[in-house]
Amino acid sequence: MATRPRSAVDARTEPSPVRWLLITVALLFVAIFIVLPLVSVFTEALRQGFGAYFGALADADARAAIGLTLTVAAIAVPLNLVFGVVAAWAIAKFDFRGKSLLITFIDLPFSVSPVISGLIYVLLFGLQGWLGPFLSEQGFKIIFAVPGIVLATIFVTFPFVARELIPLMQEQGTDEEEAALVLGASGWQTFRRVTLPNIRWGLLYGVLLCNARAMGEFGAVSVVSGHIRGLTNTMPLHVEILYNEYNFVASFAVASLLALLALVTLAAKSGIEWKIGRGLTGRGH
Amino acid sequence: MSSSALLDRPAGRGHDQQRRAAARVETLDLTQASPPTSADASPPCLADARPKAAWRPRSIIPGFGLTLGLTLAWLGLIVMLPLVALFARAASVDPGRFIETVTSERVLAALQLSFGAALAAALANAVFGTLLAWVLVRYRFPGRRLVDSLVDVPFALPTAVAGISLTALYAENGWLGAPLAELGIKVAFTPLGVFVALVFVSLPFVVRSIEPVLQDLSPEIEEAAACLGASRWQTIWRVIVPTLFPALATGFALAFARAVGEYGSVIFIAGNLPGISEIAPLLIVIKLEEYAYGEATAVAAVMLLLSFVLLLAINLLQRWSRSHLERR
Repeated sequence: MATRPRSAVDARTEPSPVRWLLITVALLFVAIFIVLPLVSVFTEALRQGFGAYFGALADADARAAIGLTLTVAAIAVPLNLVFGVVAAWAIAKFDFRGKSLLITFIDLPFSVSPVISGLIYVLLFGLQGWLGPFLSEQGFKIIFAVPGIVLATIFVTFPFVARELIPLMQEQGTDEEEAALVLGASGWQTFRRVTLPNIRWGLLYGVLLCNARAMGEFGAVSVVSGHIRGLTNTMPLHVEILYNEYNFVASFAVASLLALLALVTLAAKSGIEWKIGRGLTGRGH
Repeated sequence: MSSSALLDRPAGRGHDQQRRAAARVETLDLTQASPPTSADASPPCLADARPKAAWRPRSIIPGFGLTLGLTLAWLGLIVMLPLVALFARAASVDPGRFIETVTSERVLAALQLSFGAALAAALANAVFGTLLAWVLVRYRFPGRRLVDSLVDVPFALPTAVAGISLTALYAENGWLGAPLAELGIKVAFTPLGVFVALVFVSLPFVVRSIEPVLQDLSPEIEEAAACLGASRWQTIWRVIVPTLFPALATGFALAFARAVGEYGSVIFIAGNLPGISEIAPLLIVIKLEEYAYGEATAVAAVMLLLSFVLLLAINLLQRWSRSHLERR
């Protein structure tokens, strides 16, 4: 091959040394910036052995933080799941004016700093905010309480399901739904029996990413939480508190649970990609 | 599928609602009026939809009013209302104090660090992300699938976890910090640490933007370039890079937007010295903790405006480069 550098096959690739140089540089970059940080979470967590590791996880505050994180995700993810499906139905199955503007607005939370995502709810519901004084008279507490954490989490995970479903459902078109409707199916039946099976993997994909972000969100939740131990401390916030107390092993132990969640999410995501045959990197067009 | 009459018509708010409500009623009628058993039911069903198509999309699919209404309501409550509250609050701050706040030395330094480090990180990722995408799509080597999955780690790993882990790595006794310290390079607790954290969190964007385009690139254009006598380097520089440019710009913009606002991973590694390694989002948090809501809002409004303007500029650039490409 090397003797015929101008053949059609060779025209699309580089000489072997260049190829291996590029591969090496790319792999080094991934090793330093991704693998090392990931490995370091677990080695730091296990620095004093498994006893200290499980001891840190069994701590009452750590368990409360795990419980709160699960609760918040259990509220925020289903709400955004429903919203994502509803928004994708409206956007992908119909034509209307201002559609691209609507998609831009749905994507907006991705380009807002997490801190600002928290701040906007403080400005709305905090004691100095628009609705805060009224709500506190009624006995509702949103900021520095669980509802605020849930709201901030919904905001930062807002686009995940919708942006996964919209391109998928646009690609699938409306022919199958139209056929079902003409044959007499009701709207709900059409959705349940025709659309849902078509989008189930994309939906699961979006839900996984949404869940990972919901459980891991730090900035937005940090602003609205008030950091009350055992009450408004989610897992990422607990990691920070322990770290700032120089309790590194406990901090990394809680962090390692979140890292495990990330790894499981990615494994499931790769599994789905393989299942629906999107190949190595294909993410639609 | 869209009717041109609908496109020509400016959408009025109240009118929209009526339209949607009517559409819902009509689609309900439609589905109930066409029992599956009656043989002559389906043609009238389509015929019924047609005359009214002038004011709504010609579609027999139900649920437009319901789903669009719910979408707008949820979007309005969760996203638009709080963002409007932010800008309303910023507007209610005394203009003199607003200017004074955002032009104070500490705020300017923080904004400069956030935007500067984000720009540097996005540029680094533009280079390495393109390289990584190229290697993953074009070359075959053991572990390629695993590496491809690993690229998404920064998406999935919570930022606080990334923050403490990077700090442990780059601290003076860390795996990477110790050798770097011998070379006289300090990363943790300096602006360089901010850069490292931002490279980590914005790493996947460029790779994921470029990969699909690179995969869809038809082999013929490279072969044609080679046949016409272009060297490999010329083919890459004159044929492949211009084709990738819109995707690269998108990835760059997304990486930049993410890095500008990043908080969790940075605050651990930065050291947070005011004026030196203090990022703008942290400054907002500090102002909030001091109950200086007006000042926090002012900094936030400036950050939001700056990043919206930048994203808009990059979107325009992208549109321009795409139309430029098509014209050639």
